[in-house]
Amino acid sequence: MFHQSLDWTVEMTTIPSTAAAIADAVRSGVLKATDVLEAHVARIAEREGEIHAFNLVTTDEARAAAERIDADVAAGRDPGVLAGVPIAIKDNMCTRGIATTCSSKILEGWRPPYDATVVQRLAAAGAVTIGKTNLDEFAMGSSTENSAFGVTYNPRDITRVSGGSSGGSAAAVAAGFSPISIGSDTGGSIRQPAALCGVVGVKPTYGTVSRYGLVAFASSLDQVGPFSTDVRDSALVLEAISGHDPMDSTSIPQGPLSLQGVLSQGVEGLRVGRITDMPGGADPDVTERLEAACDALQAAGAIMVDVQMPSMKYGLTAYYLIAPAEASSNLARYDGVRYGKRVNAPDTNAMYSATRSAGFGDEVKRRIMLGTYALSAGYYDAYYGKALKVRRLISEDFDRAYTRADVLLTPTSPIVAFPVGAKSDDPLAMYLCDVYTIPTNLAGHPAMSVPFGTGAFGLPVGVQIMAPTLGEQTMFRVAASLERSMIASSGGR
Amino acid sequence: MSETASERISIEAVIKASRLSRLDLTPAEVARMTSQLAGMLEHFADIDALDLSAVEPMTRPYPLSNVLRQDVVVQGLDRDEVLANAPAAEEGRFRVPPIVGLDG
Repeated sequence: MFHQSLDWTVEMTTIPSTAAAIADAVRSGVLKATDVLEAHVARIAEREGEIHAFNLVTTDEARAAAERIDADVAAGRDPGVLAGVPIAIKDNMCTRGIATTCSSKILEGWRPPYDATVVQRLAAAGAVTIGKTNLDEFAMGSSTENSAFGVTYNPRDITRVSGGSSGGSAAAVAAGFSPISIGSDTGGSIRQPAALCGVVGVKPTYGTVSRYGLVAFASSLDQVGPFSTDVRDSALVLEAISGHDPMDSTSIPQGPLSLQGVLSQGVEGLRVGRITDMPGGADPDVTERLEAACDALQAAGAIMVDVQMPSMKYGLTAYYLIAPAEASSNLARYDGVRYGKRVNAPDTNAMYSATRSAGFGDEVKRRIMLGTYALSAGYYDAYYGKALKVRRLISEDFDRAYTRADVLLTPTSPIVAFPVGAKSDDPLAMYLCDVYTIPTNLAGHPAMSVPFGTGAFGLPVGVQIMAPTLGEQTMFRVAASLERSMIASSGGR
Repeated sequence: MSETASERISIEAVIKASRLSRLDLTPAEVARMTSQLAGMLEHFADIDALDLSAVEPMTRPYPLSNVLRQDVVVQGLDRDEVLANAPAAEEGRFRVPPIVGLDG
């Protein structure tokens, strides 16, 4: 074991930590994709036991892919902008022939017959899938404790949660298992774990990244996005995976995002909005980092403005009615007929119920029940119908705010990573973790979390940058500026 | 709590929702679910104070509708590969237990 650690230290001096640097080195023949992969496989062997970021590590498939990349380079072919970069994929995205579980027992044994568009595009760009990451079952949760396969622990403090639902993808990047990973974000499931694990996480504009092959949770809210250690890597990944996909009818008909070119543009003259009537509840150590971020942007030339979002405080209610309602419909397909688990029973209806009762975990059952109730005759108008109207109010709040500000700044999570088990018995307390991330999903806007120092117990704090529809370029300029100020204040890294 | 709970959602409503959801819940699960859902619905009552009479519902974030593709033949999923995932298949089809005993 000691010998292995030494090997890794040696590798670390030669294997860069960012995807951009790895891809440059592999494309130019300075590094072999196979060596990059083995360094990360060794790192996984060293720490995965205590973190549990993965449901499945696909070492054999990754080795074959890395060998193909090296063969391409040797033959003078360019493997792509992510050449030889190991990447971890949230286990709710379809990978052809490779188990995709959504961390649920109900998908036991399922091998998808196709790749998600995102998975296809990553492979086409030369990325090497290293494994499928753990999540809250069907992406329902904020801590990756609701997984049928166990908790994902936070690499910064293994007594604490990694956040969720994309906790495995966030932890994989934070632990150095892969420089980049992919998650999905329905109400904060990329940004909140990114904040809790101290990495960058982006939820792009709804419709910019294809949802084809992403197992549906709440279809009007779900969006795929990257995790990375720095802002540029997230820009790089988004450029590779965004752009119209005819297989997703909600895909915006436009080309890929162009982001890396704007990172150096700075924030001079940009209007950064602070929400004066933001719902309360953030811990003081977290709000202090938000203030520091505002100061940093102002020092970089941004103009701070105050905006009001009077309906933001109703976001939690709207979300926790709309998302379960959509989920109750989307998850109706798990009936023991076409894939996954079946519990036999004398007739079809009894088989459905027996299968679903045995296959779904508590939180998934709770949300299906809540959604079914909110949609049922007699309650539809009082709950689901009302929630859709509140969704409109929140969207209009954003529209007004974005006439005065180019981006809005909030904490990503009201609290730093909490101890495992601290909120397991109180679903509502868990839902409150999403108070700052939910509104952008309701509006369909882009938002990202950037690590900005530490709070209580020396744990990472993330600042959330929100922007209007297709405002990714401005959002990334602000993110890059915050990152530069962090590097400057820590005397480089 | 239980007083409020019974106002927000009854045990009967929970049992009905579980039937609609095709979930078998034990009496203990029904009791726990009723109490948890009641707590949530109590919290969600914050929107009852809003006047929403003039607000249009918003079902999706980006204004796309009736997206159609060209009507041309494309490669679909391989039937054998799809059926290989089924708990039971026979003669190129999904096999299920008898469809009788529907619970109205």
